[in-house]
Parts: sequence; C-alpha cells; structure tokens
Amino acid sequence: MGFFWTIVVLVVALGLAWRFLGSYMAAVFETRVHFLGFIERPIYAVLGTGPDREQTWKRYTGSLLVFSAAFILFGYLLVRIQGSLPLDPQHLGAVPPALSFNTIVSFVTNTNWQNYGGETTMSYFSQIGVLQVQQFVSAAVGIAAAVALIRGFCRKGSDTIGNFWVDITRCLLYVLLPVAFLAGIVLVSQGAVMTLAGPVTVHDALNHVTQTIPRGPAAFMGSIMQLGTNGGGFFNADLAHPFENPTGLTNLLYVFLTLSIGFSLTYTFGKMVGSVRHGAAVLGAMVIIFGAWVGFTSYAEHQPNPAVAAAGVTAQPTGNMEGKEVRFGDTSSALFNVSMTQTSDGAVDGASDSYNAMGGFGPLTGMMLGEVSPGGVGTGLYTILLFAIVAVFIGGLMIGRTPEYLGKKIQAREVKLAGFGILVMPVVVLVFTGIAVSVHAGRAGPLNGGPHGFSEILYAFTSQSNNNGSAFAGLTGNHAFYNVMGAIAMLLGRFAVMVPALGLAGALAAKKTVPASAGTFRTDNTMFVGLLIGVIIIVGALVFFPAVALGPIATALSHKFYSVVPALSHVGHVLAGRLLR
Amino acid sequence: MRSLVSNLRRSAAAIVVTTVVFGFVYSFVGLGVAQLFFRHQADGSISTYGSSLVGQNWNGYSTTKILDPQWFHGRPDADNPLVATGKPGESGAANLGPHSEVLVQDVKALVRAWHAVGVNPTSDLVTSSGSGLDPDITPADAFAQIPMVSKATGVSPSRLRQLIRQETNGPELGFLGSSTIVVLQLNEALAKLR
Repeated sequence: MGFFWTIVVLVVALGLAWRFLGSYMAAVFETRVHFLGFIERPIYAVLGTGPDREQTWKRYTGSLLVFSAAFILFGYLLVRIQGSLPLDPQHLGAVPPALSFNTIVSFVTNTNWQNYGGETTMSYFSQIGVLQVQQFVSAAVGIAAAVALIRGFCRKGSDTIGNFWVDITRCLLYVLLPVAFLAGIVLVSQGAVMTLAGPVTVHDALNHVTQTIPRGPAAFMGSIMQLGTNGGGFFNADLAHPFENPTGLTNLLYVFLTLSIGFSLTYTFGKMVGSVRHGAAVLGAMVIIFGAWVGFTSYAEHQPNPAVAAAGVTAQPTGNMEGKEVRFGDTSSALFNVSMTQTSDGAVDGASDSYNAMGGFGPLTGMMLGEVSPGGVGTGLYTILLFAIVAVFIGGLMIGRTPEYLGKKIQAREVKLAGFGILVMPVVVLVFTGIAVSVHAGRAGPLNGGPHGFSEILYAFTSQSNNNGSAFAGLTGNHAFYNVMGAIAMLLGRFAVMVPALGLAGALAAKKTVPASAGTFRTDNTMFVGLLIGVIIIVGALVFFPAVALGPIATALSHKFYSVVPALSHVGHVLAGRLLR
Repeated sequence: MRSLVSNLRRSAAAIVVTTVVFGFVYSFVGLGVAQLFFRHQADGSISTYGSSLVGQNWNGYSTTKILDPQWFHGRPDADNPLVATGKPGESGAANLGPHSEVLVQDVKALVRAWHAVGVNPTSDLVTSSGSGLDPDITPADAFAQIPMVSKATGVSPSRLRQLIRQETNGPELGFLGSSTIVVLQLNEALAKLR
C-alpha cells in the first residue's frame, strides 16, 4: 500500500513540474525571465558576450567543446594538487593520474562514474570546488544542447541556433541554482550532513565501541547531483549512505529531483515549438517505457534473494534486502534504481550488484535503450528527438512520402545525423565490452564469477557510454585499463551524440517549414507514440539481446538453486566461463 | 583561429566564475543556513553514544562473542567478522551477486550464530545493507531478538515489546519507506531500563 501512495505522490508532483517547471524553462530560454539580471549582466560582461550575439551551430559546438575540454584540464590539475590546497582535514593527498583523468572526464560528461571512494579519496576542496561545480555545469551544458535543438525546430531559414554562453548562464542561474538550493535545505533538515568539521570520533560507553565517522559538506551537493542527473555522491555508498539520504522522504525527493527536469523539458519543447501536443507525445513515450521498467524491476526485487534462500532463509517477506537499506525497503529502492538508470543519473540507494537477476536486468536494459525515458537533463530530450526523427523516417517509408517533423522536411542529412547519434552508444558498449573480456586486465575486474561477472563488465561500459554512472560495484574499476577505457567511452558517449544533435539543430534551423496537409504523417497522436516506443525498443533489443543473454538472462536461468532450464544453465556457465577465463 | 582564442578566453573566465559561484559561494551559503538552523542534523545527528544515522557494532570490544545477547543488533554490516566487507573507513555494500557462493556461506554462518543465541533471524538480520552502516531495523527484526535480550538482561518480554513499539518510527507521512527502529535509540532506551 505504501508503494502505491509513493507512486501517486510522485506522479502528481511530476505532473505539476511538467506543466509549471516546463513553461518556466521555456520562459528562461526565450529570455523572458530577468529577476537575477544583477548577477547575469556582470557575467556577460566578464565573458564578453550577450543574448544578442547569436552563434551558428558550428560556433555553438566549438564553444561547447572548448569549454568542456578546458574544464577537463583545469579539474584534472586541481585534483592532482589537492594535497597542497585548503579544505583537506583528512590529509588525503593527491589523486593518482589515471584515476584523476577518469574522474574528471566522468564529471564533465555528466556521468559521475566513480572509481574512487569519496570519503577516502577526495578532499572537501575537490568535492565542492571541482566535482560539485561540474554537477552544475555539465547539467547546464546538456540542457543548452537540447534547447539549441529545440530552436532548430522553431526557426525558419535561420543560420543561428542561440548563444552557448548565454544558454548555460541562464540555465545555471534561473533553473539549477534556486531549485538545488531549496532542496538542499530540505535535505539538511532531514539529517543530511553539511559541515567542514571533518570526521568525528565517538566512544559509545554502552558497548565500548569507538567509531570514527567521516562527514562533510554533502547535503547541498546531493541536491544538485540529483537535479542535474549527475549521481556521483559525496560518500562511497552514494545515496545509500544515511548522511546523504537519511529518510524515506529524502529518497522520494531525490527521485523527484532526478526526474523533474527530464520530463519537464518535453513541455518546454512543446511550448517553444508551438505545439504542446508534440511535447506530450514525447512525454507519453517516456512515461510508458519508464512505468514498464519500474513495474517489473520492483516486482523482481520483491522476490526473495536466491542465495539467501539457499542458505536456509526462505521466508523473505520484505523482498531481496541484500545490499538494501531498511528505511527504504525493496520496492522503493527498485523505483529509485530505475529512476536513476533511465535518467543518466546513476545514483544508487542500495547495491545494484546484489539485485536479483531480473531486478538487475531492469537498470541494465533501461540504460541500453539510450537514456531517453526521460534520460539525462537535456541529453534525454535530444536523444529521444533523434529517435523521433528515425521514427518519422520509418513512418514516411510506410506511407511513401518524404517525412516531416514539426513542418521540417526530414531528408538524408537529418536521418544520417540521427542514425549516427543513436548508434554511437551501442557500438562503444559492445566493442569496449568485447575488448575487456579479451584482455587480462579486463577479466581481472569482476568480483563475482560466471555470467554475473560478465554482467558487471557489460554494466560498466553500458553505464559509462550512456553517461550514467550507475555500477555493479563489485567490479574493481580503479585500474589503468578501466580508468582509461572508461574515460574514452564516456567522452564518446557524451560528445559523439551531442555534436550530431547540434549539427541537426543547424540543419533544421536553416530549413523552411512546409505547411501541414491532409497527407502529412501525424506526429502528435497515440500512433506516433507507439511508433516511437517501437523504434526505441527494437533498436535496443536488436543491438543488445545477445550481450544481455550472456549476462543477466544467463544468470537468471543458470543458478543451481532454482534451476529452471538446466541445459541453458550449463550453456550460460560454459560461455561465461570461457569469456572470463 | 580567432574563434578558438576567444573561446579559450571565455572558457577561462567561465571556469573561474562557475568555480567560485557554484562551488564555493553555493556551498558556503548552504553551510551557513545548515549550521544556523539545523546544526544537530548538519553535524551528523551525533548524541552521547554515537550517531542515530550510523549503525554500529554491538559486540563491544569482545572478540569471542559474535552476538552480544544483552543488546539489540542491527544489520550484519562493517566490522562484522562473519561477512565479507569493503575497505575500512569507506561506506559501501558487499556487492555479492544474487547467486554468489560467498553470500550463501556468509548467510549460513549468520544463521548459525543467531540460532546459537536462541534467535530465529529475519532476512534483514542475515543480509548486509547498501551503505554498510544501516542504522535501522524493522519492528519484526526487533521482535525476533526478544528471547535473547530478555534472557540476558532479565527484562520481561512484554516490557521489551512495549519498548520496541515505543521506539518505532514511521513510515514517514504514513506511506514513505518502511517502519523503522534506530538500533542505537532502542538500546539507549533498553539501558535506561536496567
């Protein structure tokens, strides 16, 4: 019953956010909101730019890439010298080179994959002055790219798509900053820590135990890391840590924050292109996929953990509690995990690695669909619009007419850019996983053996290529091989999708619009929603089925406790054993 | 070339501005608000015996006793000699998979240890948590431990049941998450009885 009301409250809250945050964001990016002008104008003065200085798509992309590259370099230097910087009460010292490279790429690409343990690696300076800054900035960059693509649909015969510097400034000031700050206050009131005082040592006279408890400025990092779908927590346990996620209420707040911008941007899209129905159609596809995944993952996690059952504890009325926190319980943890893996957030409030086989299948395949339901902030919207272009192309083939989307003719160039953007992620995931299982350094990573070990590797590259950051954390990722391969996967997954999306923005903005006629393929009705979902699922399933069959499906079928299909079990073990030998 | 130079100059300026505003100003204003209005929570909800948000090991300094029968126990997390755990000083889960042989053996060892002190454990009491620091148990987990605690402390089972009910929190707003008991607070209340 509790879970039912959790869903009801979440749906109502997100519905309100969709309508009001969505239209507010449209106003922000159409420069109709000015209440922070006194901060905004000096920033433009320092940057030497302003809202009237429009950029072509090439200039826009150039600014975005140079800015991101410069931030990678700057952040790398800061974490390398953190030992000489202030705010390091634990004297943690410099972060090693390969780990620093992986980490800074991870945060600049909005991935927040963490090969380090927060409380034992990063000084307070690095946490707030490097990582938290990226949690704001990388989110703003993603949203800016999505807004640029929306402008591509809005404009007619234009060679510009907005100004990158203005878009990120307005996003940071008017959207991310106020929401993150208010949410941070709620988190602290519930028990999230916010202090610079360093670890505290407490002696418990009752049972003669002495504990040293790490603390830090975590609460306000928590709010932006979720609002910006970053997910890289202050502590190693991420949002399972009671100091970051102290109560059931904060758990739901984190889910809401993570989903709010992603879903609301579909309203922003609809409003800016002048057809809220088109935004609602995209939202419909997102919600249906999201709901299906929440349903079966929660169901799978409400089932007993087979290893615990095999040890004799067959009564597990609270579901699979291995790796989960009592204050959240099984179904709310599953809701949380699905929310974080379908948004490119990647935070965890329990151990995904210990999920039941089909429970782990949920987060893994959710990422494999390309992070579109609702996906990362901005990135989710532009990725699902790439899928929408492919969907209208297929629809156009079926009715034998040049396809149009929002009045723009979709021609060879647009379909090529969309197809390229969609296929980058699967290619990177499969090639990199293939390399990892072929070399010794890659096979040394997994903690668990057999098909589950293969799942750990597949999950790692799926997560990083999708800029998610969620992990089957048994994998030991802090080795040169995984640090470097992971960083490359994250860079490709971010920029090799973003650049085609911006190219598409440029191509679309330059086009004239064609008036709709009786023969126009409708893109704002339920049939289109179905077609869009179909394209997303078919692309994901065709590309990833063989890999998933070797991982979670083999695990589900293969274990000796509930051996459903013994022959398949044998095949799964032999194949995975070969791969990981 | 000219556009690269101007992009680099703007990037440098934007890096400085964002680092100052969204790194330090944001966090320090947040710190100010947190320390002013929610000092106890912001410092980690620390009381005399520990933090109500960080689980601890109730076996004391004894290395011989696995489950000290005079206290209620939480999840078998960090510092527990019976389970595989992560790095010392670092929060996090054991990450054992759903078919892990290590997990089967760990759970078996825990079940034996609970049986040895006369407790028929619930699943929470033999599985480790996501943070390795879970401060809570459910009322059912506490009820299961009544025979052991009652025998060791002499407090009657009905008094213990009453104590557990009194220390039960939530679910928050009636629907969020589970009903929980902070093990530390339950044991503090128990200590007052003795």
